[in-house]
Amino acid sequence: MALARTQLFDTHVAAGARMVDFGGWEMPLHYGSQIEEHNAVRSAAGMFDVSHMTIIDLDGPGAFAYLRNLTANDPAKLTDVGHAQYGVLLNDKGGVVDDLIVYRRANCWRAVVNAATRAKVLAWFKQHATGFDVNIRHRGDLAMIAVQGPEAIERFEQVTDVTGTAEMKPFKALERGEWMVARTGYTGEEGVEVMLPAAEGIALWKNLADARVAPCGLASRDTLRLEAGLNLYGQDMDETNDPLESNLAWTVALDPPDRNFVGRAAVEARKAAGVPRKLTGLVLDAKGVIRHGQRIVTEAGEGEVTSGIFSPTLGYSIALARLPRAAKGTAQVDIRGKLLPCRIVRPPFVRNGKKVFE
Amino acid sequence: MSEFPTELRYAKTHEWARLEEDGTVTIGISDHAQGALGDVVYVELPELDVVVESGEEAGVVESVKAASDIYAPIGGTIIAINEVLEDAPETVNQDPYGDGWFFRIQPTDVADLDQLLDADGYAEVCESEEH
Repeated sequence: MALARTQLFDTHVAAGARMVDFGGWEMPLHYGSQIEEHNAVRSAAGMFDVSHMTIIDLDGPGAFAYLRNLTANDPAKLTDVGHAQYGVLLNDKGGVVDDLIVYRRANCWRAVVNAATRAKVLAWFKQHATGFDVNIRHRGDLAMIAVQGPEAIERFEQVTDVTGTAEMKPFKALERGEWMVARTGYTGEEGVEVMLPAAEGIALWKNLADARVAPCGLASRDTLRLEAGLNLYGQDMDETNDPLESNLAWTVALDPPDRNFVGRAAVEARKAAGVPRKLTGLVLDAKGVIRHGQRIVTEAGEGEVTSGIFSPTLGYSIALARLPRAAKGTAQVDIRGKLLPCRIVRPPFVRNGKKVFE
Repeated sequence: MSEFPTELRYAKTHEWARLEEDGTVTIGISDHAQGALGDVVYVELPELDVVVESGEEAGVVESVKAASDIYAPIGGTIIAINEVLEDAPETVNQDPYGDGWFFRIQPTDVADLDQLLDADGYAEVCESEEH
């Protein structure tokens, strides 16, 4: 099967991007140096083509009830138009089907889910529509560009006629014509994610590049999100883990108790029985790099690294790992047969350019 | 475009070998390899005085992207390691054929160098990998 491409494909290639297969999409890995791209986002501004993400609009009189049944977080918390919330979709066993952001719009709801899970999640949405008066529209006609970094909002407003984003709080969004501009992201920095007609995406990208916003690829996106302590679906969480053991208990709204949602019974049962594992952070206290899949030895038992990187901001290796619940303090990571010392810390590691963990 | 100095010999696994005047052989990784790896953040070198066979694992290079094994392109005894890489692993990116060398071997049989590729042969290997 041929790889899918976003509208910006030619723009990426012309900028010297190294293109790779990401969940069936041919996307930029980097445009030369992933560390320079990472640093651009931490110190000034960078942009990511995230048009491969799946945007789904939900309208109809039953859309609200439908979403409240489908998501573990409660869209009723979105009390006004322009409010957004992070959450997860669960299966009947409490496993994570995908993570998503839900936006409340004037006359409908919008869900943004992952790219690699598109077919599965679209089928999941349709499968759970029975009994609800809801229209599910996949918005393949939209592009999505994330502009991130301490100078991102200023430069974004410079090159567009959009105003008001600087005053907006995180997880709020505004709409201007066919554009939705949200104070969301995946980097731990300030910034916006812009959803707009695909044909207009190329012009916005070029204007941002002219305003010295650095094009950034998937490689720096991964190091930025891990420093920010944000999970990657398929790696740090999946259908075999529940949100309680994925550092996402805060996204499961068990109040009000009479709201049923898919996976609720399973999560409540697991919570009552006691969750044996947790997803937490690791910092390597030796030279080397912690990688996905490596074994962690703690006094409370063994665990496994879900994501590990060399942190460009901190200058040493950090990771997310699934460990026994009681694990704390120090641990050891098995890197090619050598047990190296590491510390168990609470993510995030970096926010707004600075180290934040203890 | 990667550089392929003609005075060196190369392994298909992207190490280079240079015969020194004293009969020892210096080993590093090629310009092509450092470019493909991206920013190097850690190098694990072999221990001194260890005897390695040709093709045996003799270290690891970790970039921001991934960890890759380093193989000894020729058999012999490890007689020197480049300790500079311990604190400045980025030297591998900056000067792969110079200050970014990995280790030095006293070869068991220096004629084994003839088993390795010359610059043209290695350039072909790199090209075929890209297509």
